Amino acid sequence: MENVASLAVLLAFCAAIYALLASVVGRIQRKPFLIVSGERAVYCVWALITIGSGILVYALITGDFRFSYVAQHSNRSMPLLYKIAAWWGGQEGSLLFWGWLLSTYSAIVVFTNRHKHRDMMPYVVGILMFVQSFFLLLNNFVVSPFKMLSLEGSITAVQDGNGLNPLLQYPAMAIHPPMLYLGYVGFAVPFAFAIASLITRQPGDGWIHTTRRWTLITWLFQSTGVMLGMAWAYHVLGWGGYWGWDPVENASLLPWLSGTAFLHSVMMQEKKGMMKVWNVVLISTTFLLCIFGTSLTRTGLVSSVHAFAQGPLGKYFFSFLAICIAGIAYLILDRLEYLKSESELESVISRESSFLFNNLILLASCFAVLWGTLFPVISEAVSGEKISLDSVWFNKLMIPIGLFLLVLTGVGPLFAWRRTSWESLRRNFQWPGIASLVLAVALLAAGVRSFYALISFGFCLFVALTVLMEFYKGGRAIAAKNNMNLLRATVELTHRNTRRYGGYLVHMGIVLMFIGFTGAAFNKSDVKEMAVGDTLALGRYDLKVVDLKEGENDNYSWHRATVLVSRGGDVLGTLEPEKRFYKASRQGTSEVGVRPRLNEDLYLNFGGMSDDGVRAVIQAYVFPLVSWIWIGGLVLIGGTLVCLVPSKIKMQYARTEVVGITRKYAEVPK
Amino acid sequence: MRKYGKFAVLIAVVIAALVWLASTGVSETKTYYKTISEVGQMGDRAFTERLRVAGDVASGSIQHAHGQVNFTLTQEKRELRVAYTGSDPLPDTFRDGAQALADGRMGRDGVFHASKIQAKCASKYEAKPGQLRAAPAPPINKTT
Repeated sequence: MENVASLAVLLAFCAAIYALLASVVGRIQRKPFLIVSGERAVYCVWALITIGSGILVYALITGDFRFSYVAQHSNRSMPLLYKIAAWWGGQEGSLLFWGWLLSTYSAIVVFTNRHKHRDMMPYVVGILMFVQSFFLLLNNFVVSPFKMLSLEGSITAVQDGNGLNPLLQYPAMAIHPPMLYLGYVGFAVPFAFAIASLITRQPGDGWIHTTRRWTLITWLFQSTGVMLGMAWAYHVLGWGGYWGWDPVENASLLPWLSGTAFLHSVMMQEKKGMMKVWNVVLISTTFLLCIFGTSLTRTGLVSSVHAFAQGPLGKYFFSFLAICIAGIAYLILDRLEYLKSESELESVISRESSFLFNNLILLASCFAVLWGTLFPVISEAVSGEKISLDSVWFNKLMIPIGLFLLVLTGVGPLFAWRRTSWESLRRNFQWPGIASLVLAVALLAAGVRSFYALISFGFCLFVALTVLMEFYKGGRAIAAKNNMNLLRATVELTHRNTRRYGGYLVHMGIVLMFIGFTGAAFNKSDVKEMAVGDTLALGRYDLKVVDLKEGENDNYSWHRATVLVSRGGDVLGTLEPEKRFYKASRQGTSEVGVRPRLNEDLYLNFGGMSDDGVRAVIQAYVFPLVSWIWIGGLVLIGGTLVCLVPSKIKMQYARTEVVGITRKYAEVPK
Repeated sequence: MRKYGKFAVLIAVVIAALVWLASTGVSETKTYYKTISEVGQMGDRAFTERLRVAGDVASGSIQHAHGQVNFTLTQEKRELRVAYTGSDPLPDTFRDGAQALADGRMGRDGVFHASKIQAKCASKYEAKPGQLRAAPAPPINKTT
C-alpha cells in the first residue's frame, strides 16, 4: 500500500511537470491538442494526489504504525476526528495537504474555465502546475509522508503512536489549519491569472473580474483561519490572550494584510483603470507571503513555540521564492507599458486617495510585521547578534497603524470619486464626529485614562455611525419609494448592491473587533495557589475553590478545580479549569474555564499543582469586551458572504447589455 | 505637480512616523539571543541587556518556591541557574528535559532572572524510551 502511495505521488509529480510543459509549449506552438492534454493532466494530478492522500488518511485511521508519519502523529486512543486531522498535523502530511488543495483548486479552475479565457488558460495551468511541482518535489524527495519504520532492513511497526500534538486536539484547531491553508493556497489562483494575463498582454481587467470571487472566498478562508487561530490561543494555550505576535501567527497575518490591500486596490483598477502595476505587485506579494508563511511554519527559521519542524526545507523554499520574485520582476518590468494608468489622482480628499492610503497603511503594517518577525535573522546577518523583538514592539507600532486604518474604514467609502466637496464632508461626518467626541469626553470624565482606548472608542463609534447612516439613508429612500418597512427596505438595498453593502458589513465587523481589542487596555489578572476552601477576589468577582479532582482516561490524565464564582454575594455559577497530561506524547494542555459575557469574560486557568500536591495554582483574568472580537469576526464573515451574493441590479444591467448586442448582430446580415 | 507634492508630503509623513515608532521601539524591547557560553563571554554587557537564553531543562531541577520557579538550563554541558518570577503561567510544555527559552536579565548573583519562559517539547519518536519493548534496537527511518 505504501508503495502505491509513493508511486501515485511520484507519478503526480511527473504529470504536473507534463501539464506545465504541454500547456506552455502547446500555447507557444499553437497546438490545441497539447493544451487540452495539459489540462487533462491537471485532473490526473488531482486524482493521483488524492490516491496518495487517501492512503495516508486510511493509514492514520486504521493505525498502520509501520508508517513513520502515522507513528509520530496518531495513536490508537485518539477520536476519529483527530486521526483525520493528523493528516495536516505534521510537516510531511501538511505539505501533502497543501499540494492536494492546490491540485483541487487547479482542477476546479480548469473545469470552470474550460470554455473561457482560451488565450491565457495555458499559462494559468502552467503557473499553477509550476507551484504544484514544487510542492510535489518536496513531497517526493525531501519530506516524504510515506517513510516506513524499518529495523535492520525489514519494515517494522510499533505498538502505538505518539498521537497528535495535544495542543491540536481541540475542535477549532482541527479545522484551523485547513482554513488557513485554503486561504494560503487559494491566492495561487488569482496570482496565476494575473501573471498569465501579463504574459499574454491581455487588454483590460479580465483577470480581476474572473478571480474576484476566488479572491473573496480565499480571503474569507484566510480571515476565518486567523480568527480560529485567535480563538484557539485564547481557549487552549491558557496564557490568557489571543494574539502574541508569535512568528507563526504573523505568518498567517501577513498574506491577510496584503490580500486585504489587494481587495481594495482592485476597485481602483475596475472603476478607474488605475494602479495596474500595483495590483500585479500586490497579488504577487500576497502569493509569495503565503509561500513564505508556509515555509516559516515548516522550517523553523525563526525560533517559535509553534515551529516544531526543523529540517532541510528552508533552502528549497527560499530558492523557490527567489525564482518567483525574479520571474515576476522581469515580467512586470518588461510589460510596464501595457500596465499604464488610465487616469490620475486629483485630490487629497477623494476616494482614490483614501484607497491609496488604505494600501499604504496595510502594506506598511505588513512590512512592519515582516520586519519584526525576521528581525532575529536580519540582525544576525548585519551585526552577528541575534536580536528578537517582542509583543511590546509590535503593539507599539501596530496600535497606531490599526487606529489609522480604523478611521479610514469609516471615511474612505464616503469620499466621492475624484474630489469631495466640503458640503458633502460636513453632511456625512458632522454628526458622527460630534457623537464620537462626546463619547470620548464622557469616557474621560468617567475615569478612562488610557489614551489609545479613548481614541479607539471614539473612532469605533464614528465609523459605526457612518456605516449605519449609509444603511439608514439608502433604506429610507427605498422604503418611501416602494412602500416597504425600513427593515425590508434595508435588505432590498443590500441586495441591490451586495458588494457595497456587504463591504460595509465587513467594515462593521472590523469595528466590533476593534471594540474587543480595545478592551485589552482594561484587563485584570491575579494568580494564587489555592487549596479547597481558599478564596480570591478579582475585579467584581469573588472566587472560591470548592473542589479539586483528578482522574484519567485512555488518552490523558487530568487535574480539575471546581471554582465557585460570585459577585456581591450572588452566586453566578461554577467554572472548571482543567489541566490535562496526554500520555502518548507526554505533553500537557490547559482547558480553561471561561464565563463569557458581552461586557467581560472571566477566565480561569489551572496553572498546575503546587509542589506539596495540595494546592492548585489558579490564574484568574478578567478580559473586558473580548467577546466582541468573536462577534465582529462573525459579522465580517457574514458581510463577506453578502459580497459573494450576486447584486440584483447588476444582473439586470448585464441582461440589457446582452440584449443590445444580440440586436446589433441581428441587423448585420441585412 | 502641486497635488502630487501634497501626496508625497502626506506619504512621507506617514512613513516617517512609522519608522520613528519602529526604531525607538527596537531599542526599548530588543532582546539578545545567546547561548549559555556566549552569556559568559559578554562581560559586563550581560548584566545590562535583555537576554533570551535557550537550553534544556535539567532533569529534576524544577522547584516551586514562594511564587517563584527555580530551575537549571543546560546546553553543551554548561549550566545556568534560572529564577522565573513572571506572573504568566508556565507553558504546558515546560517540564524536565524540554527545550526552553528564558527571557529576562542576568543578575549579578549569577542567577538569570526570567520574566518569560517559552518551552518546546522534543516529541521526536526516538526520544521515547520504553515504547519499543519488542524491538531490541531503536528504529531508523528509511524510505521504501
